[in-house]
Amino acid sequence: MGTPQRDITIDTSKVPKDLLIEKHCAFLTGYGHSHNTYEYGTTDYLRMSGIYWLCTCLDLLHSLKLIDQEYIIDYIQKCYDKNSGGYSPCPNHDPHLLYTLSAVQILVQLNRIDLIDKQNLCSYIKQLQQDDGSFMGDQWGEIDTRFSFCAIACLKLIDSLDVIDIDRATNFIMNCLNFDGGFGCIPGAESHAGQIYCCLGFLSLVQRLDNLDLSTRNMLGWWLCERQLDKSGGLNGRPEKLPDVCYSWWVLASLKILGKIQWINSEKLSKFILASQDDETGGCADRPGNIPDPFHTLFGITGLSLLNIYDENIIKKVNPVLCMPEYIIQKMGIKMQLL
Amino acid sequence: MSNSDSDNESDSLSNQLEFSHRPEWSDVVPIEQDDGLNPVVRIAYSDRFRETFDYIRACMKTNEMSERTLDLTKTACQLNPANYTVWYYRRKILYHLKSDLNEELAFIGQMIKENPKNYQVWEHRRLIVERSGHTSNELSFIASILQNDSKNYHAWQYRQWLLKTYSLWSNELNYIDQLLQEDIRNNSAWNQRYFVIAHTTGFKDDIIERELDYVEKHIQSCPDNESSWNYLRGIARFRSINLNDQRIWNFCQNLYENHFQKDDFNNRQWRFLLGYMIELLIDDDRDEKREENKRMITDLCEKLALQIDSIRKKYWRYIQEQYGTK
Repeated sequence: MGTPQRDITIDTSKVPKDLLIEKHCAFLTGYGHSHNTYEYGTTDYLRMSGIYWLCTCLDLLHSLKLIDQEYIIDYIQKCYDKNSGGYSPCPNHDPHLLYTLSAVQILVQLNRIDLIDKQNLCSYIKQLQQDDGSFMGDQWGEIDTRFSFCAIACLKLIDSLDVIDIDRATNFIMNCLNFDGGFGCIPGAESHAGQIYCCLGFLSLVQRLDNLDLSTRNMLGWWLCERQLDKSGGLNGRPEKLPDVCYSWWVLASLKILGKIQWINSEKLSKFILASQDDETGGCADRPGNIPDPFHTLFGITGLSLLNIYDENIIKKVNPVLCMPEYIIQKMGIKMQLL
Repeated sequence: MSNSDSDNESDSLSNQLEFSHRPEWSDVVPIEQDDGLNPVVRIAYSDRFRETFDYIRACMKTNEMSERTLDLTKTACQLNPANYTVWYYRRKILYHLKSDLNEELAFIGQMIKENPKNYQVWEHRRLIVERSGHTSNELSFIASILQNDSKNYHAWQYRQWLLKTYSLWSNELNYIDQLLQEDIRNNSAWNQRYFVIAHTTGFKDDIIERELDYVEKHIQSCPDNESSWNYLRGIARFRSINLNDQRIWNFCQNLYENHFQKDDFNNRQWRFLLGYMIELLIDDDRDEKREENKRMITDLCEKLALQIDSIRKKYWRYIQEQYGTK
């Protein structure tokens, strides 16, 4: 008959069941200060994103005041590459679209959009677009639909979508649509929830979700809700992979954009997310019993926010496309398409 | 050889002298990391790590392209393979020195084995292969990585690039078949099958019939395999309308009557069958069948919502509402 479907078993008697807000705040703020660790040293290549995860999660938990805003703004300035117009993850690294988006997101959140040289940033992003509409992540040419999303999201945040060729960019995204209704990182690549989020997010920001006809949207919606595993209630990223808390974001946000978030069993998923918390150190891991990190902590919280299980006083509403607190998106007047 | 960076470091690198004690490096002034931190806060992680990157920063600043900086980048890449800036610098040096790219392939092959989910190492290999044109070892190299993790997204993406760029299609369907024999649920392999056919023969009628034989056989041996049903769905839509001979419906109905209905205790494994039958019923545009189809859709949705796939109850209720009897 073949092997049974992959999933994990959770020992419900031993896992956390309540939301450990104070512990998470302590975990996140402590993480930023533990410079004397090997992990800190080896994660410099994504430090800017790390700061974005921190700031976003703390803000959603009503605790943005715990961070040192001046230090972060100073850090971002040090990471700005005037020559290219992009941002690096860490001083002395090359700029990259991924970390440019994170930098812009943080500056928007901290209300310092005045520090962005819009013209220079636009030219940085524009020169990364290829003839087929795709975007490189940096000068070394890696192409990925993630970068299409980063490019569009950046431009949307500074209200400059028109500097790139939107038609071609959309065309490339549509070329990544697979036979199962999902999207991969480049044409032909296997459907993956993270890539699906990027592609749907892209289409939402350029307001072209109608490029997907109803039958494709239903097929994709079904593929996404199929990510939920029966035993653990957690979500995986593609068939036959283990559940992971970060898919609470990629899958849920995708379904939210499609207007089908109710297709996920929210009770079972929320139990999975809560079970993945670390009740000693705070923070969330990829799955119950594993070591927590800021990345999974953010996506556990944003997942819970989308599920609408807790009142806004506890977890603020998150924008499903830009993964930023919704109040900021509202304040900026940024429009996107949600089905 | 262990996989973690810290073990890597202690094994092969700890025997080397610190850079500051090596006479051939005496002309370089290392540059410390500037995080904007309070200078009193010392970054206490591995001295070797810190020192290596201090020297990297200094050499990148002067843009030195030499054997010693080539060696330095090797150390840095081994200490932190995710640092894409160092890989970029290493390539510049390699090309400048016209280094032996076969040796580089051996090095990056080892790095990939140790860091198979790292974007930079695969990208580095891709650029080296592109530059050197040495493709003869690549398919077997990727296969060796997939041997350890048959779904490695980077490995598959790299493989697709290789196949397309150098037209190495000839044995790929056999390779996929082998993988599916090892694990019939390997979604990456099913995706690859679609990819190969799309880029070679295309989905012509005879190919579709062959693939229907293939996927039906695999469904029968493992009915609750999402990948095989997705594949069936994917290829079925290419079928010419004049081949509307009910082959696929008959296949489903046969499974339904001879297996699902007879298997009271383990019938959750047939949830994809029921779901697909609903799709076929929705797509059936024969007027005379409309009411009967709606009743069947309703019945199937009920079974799925209540019993067979209750975690997705809301989805099945939606389908029932949209397409079932009112």
